[in-house]
Amino acid sequence: MEYFAIIIGAIFVNNVVLAQFLGICPFLGVSSKVETSMGMGAAVTFVMALSSIVVWLIQEYILVPLGIEYMQTIVFILVIAALVQMVEIVLKKVSLSLYQALGIFLPLITTNCAVLGVAILMIQKEYGLLEGLAYSTSTALGFALALVIFAGLRERMEFEEVSQAFQGVPIALITASLLAMAFMGFSGLV
Amino acid sequence: MESNVTTQAQPSKMEALRQKWALIWKGIIKENPTFVLVLGMCPTLGTTTSATNGFGMGVATMAVLIMSNMAISLIKNVVPDKVRIPAFIVVIASFVTVIDMLMQAYVPSLYAALGVFIPLIVVNCIILGRAEAFASKNGVLDSALDGLGIGLGFTLSLTTIGAVREVLGSGAIFGLSLGIADYMPLVFVLAPGGFLVLGFLMVLFNKFLKK
Repeated sequence: MEYFAIIIGAIFVNNVVLAQFLGICPFLGVSSKVETSMGMGAAVTFVMALSSIVVWLIQEYILVPLGIEYMQTIVFILVIAALVQMVEIVLKKVSLSLYQALGIFLPLITTNCAVLGVAILMIQKEYGLLEGLAYSTSTALGFALALVIFAGLRERMEFEEVSQAFQGVPIALITASLLAMAFMGFSGLV
Repeated sequence: MESNVTTQAQPSKMEALRQKWALIWKGIIKENPTFVLVLGMCPTLGTTTSATNGFGMGVATMAVLIMSNMAISLIKNVVPDKVRIPAFIVVIASFVTVIDMLMQAYVPSLYAALGVFIPLIVVNCIILGRAEAFASKNGVLDSALDGLGIGLGFTLSLTTIGAVREVLGSGAIFGLSLGIADYMPLVFVLAPGGFLVLGFLMVLFNKFLKK
């Protein structure tokens, strides 16, 4: 039941993009096609799940015993950057097709603040390893869900005439606002 | 903009002063990080629930930006080109940690309100962007001024967005009640209002200020 609350909470109620404002850059940048946004969502899910395990182990067995929790920010960002780099190399060797599908999104993930944000939030909420894994994976799924829905909306919007001052980012933000309002309907669910 | 700084070898004193001023000024309108470059959207949306929070976030980011710009400008000749991005990130993360601890000690209520967005200054693309595009090619003073300009532009945008959301959402400004709180829709303080206000402010900026 506890896991159920974590998962539903992270995907719908506290959606990482639409309620917590993390990962807005890829949300606005990559989401013009459903297909690419699915790729991005998959890559983020993969990296976020992996990084949450690594970050949890580092926090528990290195930072806390040494009493240097204030090094969190520096250590986490370096770990995530290294991890992304490593995933890219391993993926290229092991599965070329998966690499071709996810490869172009991987370098972008280091600067996706959702990955670092979830790592920090997971530690703040004092989750155990499995809870943390559930939390980060479902957060990433929430990210993918928002991204795919938004890409679908934007694909439709391309054929509409938008007045000049609204073109590009402004109309995307206003659309995102409506989507966020729809997601507010989930609040109070858990 | 780099050519402005480097081409004239011996500008007159007046001219030099004007150039420094232009360096600061461009960050506010012409290269406004929020409305023109559209960078650093997460803190822009996440922390502007009130004018005070937006202002606090802007100042924190500006402090990190100025210090990291200066540090990176100082070490730019020592760091090998291949590892410059990780090196920049470590420099930025160190300053973020300093600011994080300072804010926790001196402004605990603001620190609590901004939450996870303080450590997330590390991944704010504005800071790494300025390090890569400006500080790694220019002198210390120019880099500091560039950081000041961009930082001021960011602070100004965040304070404006925060003020609009606070007035519309909770009928107050900088925490001072306007006595209209009962008539205001709370949604402007919540997530959808953030997207909406930023979207419409961007439209106004495009219409009236961007030439």
